[in-house]
Amino acid sequence: MQELTYDIVIIGGGPAGLSAAYSAYKNGADDILIIERDFELGGILQQCIHNGFGLHHFKEELTGPGYAQRCLELIANKPEITTMVDTMVLDISTEKKVLAVSPKEGLMKITGKTIILTMGCRERTRGAIRIPGERPAGVFTAGAAQRMVNMVGYLPGHKIVILGSGDIGLIMARRMSLEGCQVQAVLEICPFSNGLTRNIVQCLQDYDIPLLLAHTITKIHGKDRVTGITVAKVDAKMQPIAGTEFDIECDTLLLSVGLIPENELSRGLHLEMHPLTNGPIVDQHRTTSMSGVYAAGNVVHVHDLVDFVSEEAEIAGKFAALEVKGKLHNDLRKIKVKTGEGIRTCVPQILDIPPEGEAVKLFMRVGAPERKVKLEILSAGKVIQNKILPVAKPSEMIAVDISAENTKLMGSELIVRLSRGV
Amino acid sequence: MTVEKRTMNCITCPMGCEMTVTIDDGIVINVEGNSCLRGKKYAEVEVTAPKRMLTSTVKIKGGILPLLPVVSQAPLPKEKILACARELRKISVEAPIVLGQVICGNILGLGVNVIAARSMKQEEQKV
Amino acid sequence: MDFIRDIDVVVIGGGVTGTAILRELSKYALKCMLIEKEPDLALGTTKANSAIIHSGFDAPFGTQKALTNVRGNRLYHELQNQLGLDIKWLGSLVVAVNDEEMLTLKDLLVRGIKNGVKNLELLDRAATLAKEPNLKQDIKGSLWAPTAGVCWPFGIALAFARCAVQNGAEVLTNCAAKKILTKDDTIVGVETSLGNIKAKYIINAAGLAADKIAAMAGDTSFTIHPRKGEYILFDKTASPSLVNGIVFPTPTKQSKGILICTTVHGNTFIGPNAHDQEDVEDKSTTSVGMDEIIASSQKLIDKVPLGAAITEFSGLRAVSNTGDFIIREGTVKGLIHAAGIQSPGLSAAPAIAEEVVELIAEFEPEWSLKRNFKAIVTRRKVFSELKIEEQSKLCNENKLYGRIVCRCETVTEGEIVDAIHETCGARTLDGVKRRTRAGMGRCQGGFCGPKVTQILARELNIPLTEVLKEGSASKMFFEKKLPGEDTK
Repeated sequence: MQELTYDIVIIGGGPAGLSAAYSAYKNGADDILIIERDFELGGILQQCIHNGFGLHHFKEELTGPGYAQRCLELIANKPEITTMVDTMVLDISTEKKVLAVSPKEGLMKITGKTIILTMGCRERTRGAIRIPGERPAGVFTAGAAQRMVNMVGYLPGHKIVILGSGDIGLIMARRMSLEGCQVQAVLEICPFSNGLTRNIVQCLQDYDIPLLLAHTITKIHGKDRVTGITVAKVDAKMQPIAGTEFDIECDTLLLSVGLIPENELSRGLHLEMHPLTNGPIVDQHRTTSMSGVYAAGNVVHVHDLVDFVSEEAEIAGKFAALEVKGKLHNDLRKIKVKTGEGIRTCVPQILDIPPEGEAVKLFMRVGAPERKVKLEILSAGKVIQNKILPVAKPSEMIAVDISAENTKLMGSELIVRLSRGV
Repeated sequence: MTVEKRTMNCITCPMGCEMTVTIDDGIVINVEGNSCLRGKKYAEVEVTAPKRMLTSTVKIKGGILPLLPVVSQAPLPKEKILACARELRKISVEAPIVLGQVICGNILGLGVNVIAARSMKQEEQKV
Repeated sequence: MDFIRDIDVVVIGGGVTGTAILRELSKYALKCMLIEKEPDLALGTTKANSAIIHSGFDAPFGTQKALTNVRGNRLYHELQNQLGLDIKWLGSLVVAVNDEEMLTLKDLLVRGIKNGVKNLELLDRAATLAKEPNLKQDIKGSLWAPTAGVCWPFGIALAFARCAVQNGAEVLTNCAAKKILTKDDTIVGVETSLGNIKAKYIINAAGLAADKIAAMAGDTSFTIHPRKGEYILFDKTASPSLVNGIVFPTPTKQSKGILICTTVHGNTFIGPNAHDQEDVEDKSTTSVGMDEIIASSQKLIDKVPLGAAITEFSGLRAVSNTGDFIIREGTVKGLIHAAGIQSPGLSAAPAIAEEVVELIAEFEPEWSLKRNFKAIVTRRKVFSELKIEEQSKLCNENKLYGRIVCRCETVTEGEIVDAIHETCGARTLDGVKRRTRAGMGRCQGGFCGPKVTQILARELNIPLTEVLKEGSASKMFFEKKLPGEDTK
């Protein structure tokens, strides 16, 4: 069995892993390994063939594969960066020993001085939301169907219903329409859509696909293959309302019902996890509860824009590089970031601030849609920063920059909250 | 003629600004709610001749994948999108392909090229 | 009349009962065969049940259920190593939440001892909570049965079948019995969807269809009624907050109750409920049923982690009108029934098999046991069970063991290829899933489903569009081709 050692081992070669590698390299690291389980780098972007990526990060509108290629070009032909594809990480020990396997190299023990976790996320399934009914072929997660249609070259079916109005669901509605399929409806259990408005317009409205808000599936029909579904309106508690049921004929049901950070390896490392983000708790450098282990991208919290994934991963890459070089600040003051009224999650959950202060960026999500609210950042009972938000939606992450100067003013606790009626 | 007010969401970027557009006899005379100039421009085009970017795939032989993602170099008339998608389904190319290579020049005579959205190497012998 | 085969004994039904019988028959110097109407074995009741080998205290003394359960449990202890079965002898608890239920437990204890169950013990609250700390703190006590175990029923049926095949028996899938052929009230064979099979004996192990098979021979001496049971299965990460082993509530007349149990592969489930229905095909889950099993499980455990659910399913029990197993000769000579095999049928299967074969052997004193019966079934390599050194060696021998296809359950491409090409190998996506666990994990095949579909197409040398999930019309994917469009 091969035994290898690298300064920085990056688990996952999607946008987060690639951006972390490039940033680590830019910050002086020269012994970096990226491990990717798919047959090529780029992660889920390779199947997201639509455009709309990169406006923030590359100041240009790119397709998913285009964004991936940009990231790949940044790390290409650099002897400082090694990549392994078709390689699965089986385990990471608390001594930062990574057990990985590939058909080409067999089993490998790889020790990382530092490790960056960039495993991304996976899709919630039918079972997780307990859709009743038969268990026929033709029920797919939207992402699985997307890979088949865009990368393998087959259709999941011809008459489609999509459950969930998250962006993947909306994008797939358009994709299936472009492939000549009939998209019967997109159903959303919430009274509001969970996707970007632009996607409602260009993926549903453009193709006359009905979006049924506050509706869910009460039964899947079909013994061998899906033949249809029963749909019902839901009440304020998201429970189906008796008497409102109707059937929709379809041969395929695509599910876009949420993403879950893929943290099986993190749990193996016993990292402290956040119950609402389902990812490791991190500070602004994306250091986890275990020193030398960093995490970035969708493994920390599910993003709606890949641009922010790259931004977060660059931070992780930078600080992993500084750690390897022995350049980390060791006089840090810990500040807990807490969520208050209206805010569901905030990353980072901890700030480690040096005496001279440090500019940080907070990424937040609201719990429910809001209009005309003020986002307030409080410390020691005092608002140190605020921002007016004309609209705030759970599906759209809010980013707020805090200056180095402001971080010096903070006590041991920071509260982020919404103030209504502005 | 009539002056019409229409609300629409800008789709130029993920912000999706909600705009109120005032239209006089088919011409946009005022746009409110946009955060940048691109919103105004979008509203003007959307009211007169809406356009959309098209992304799809074409078949590719000898590549590491059987499909190559492609993208229109500029927005296409919205009503021609499905026809363009059908046109792309007829196309088959051969690997290797480089990012930006023209896959379908001047699609349906609309003056827009459809280009490769990624490079694709030739398939190597797999394990 | 033309016959495609001339066989001594034909077993109808490829569930755990039928395959156990086939294995028992294959010990004799006979020509025996099993026919199964579905594309794979064990797709009926064997596929969806609580996967428990019961100790045997539950069934009333003297019933076939009680006798075969206790004997079957002992046989599994012996068969486990020979057949490489996935069984963990975790023991079971029946938990009482009030004094009245404690009295019921005492009755169960007495009954169990009478049935011949070893080492039963009444535990007080503290001893019960020591075994299962997540139970509600105010429970009264429990009945502890250390001989109970959890198992992988599909794997057991498959191992029985593979053992029989290596001893000369034949298994035909996609082969439905159409008509039982008789002459002078004596079996002469069976007409099937694949042709006529000449046979001296027919064993009816057809599960939910056993009464229909009997009726084909004019035997209407019993009826079978489907009784649905629904389940919710949780991700392995939830198991530590649930139970370590098998936990039953105190039983009622209707059923053993809705239990909480951690499977042999480490996932915990709750279920089953019990609802009689007419339809032998309807295995849909219902929101009412889900609510019922959730509410019931919450009587024993405070926090049921519903967010960690990964799948829901239901199975149909084949309940006979007598309430007991029907293991006897039919009204036609040469027809033997192994019918009405509901719970504890899985536990009883090897004992039912012995009984059925002894029954025939009595009629056929000439039949002799083979001298060279091969009892050992080689277990397919399971990458995730191996030590690191063994995994490394395996990867070096065959590179396909180095490619993880199912990331949730760590299943390699090598194992999937093996499962397709082994005896009674997988032909469908779900067939691969049941043999290798690829797709059984938390993502439920979201990632590996398309990959396994591609591997099946490659290994079976069929177009990807012909790969089935399970049933004959369960195609997974279609050509990218619009009606009338030529994309060539």
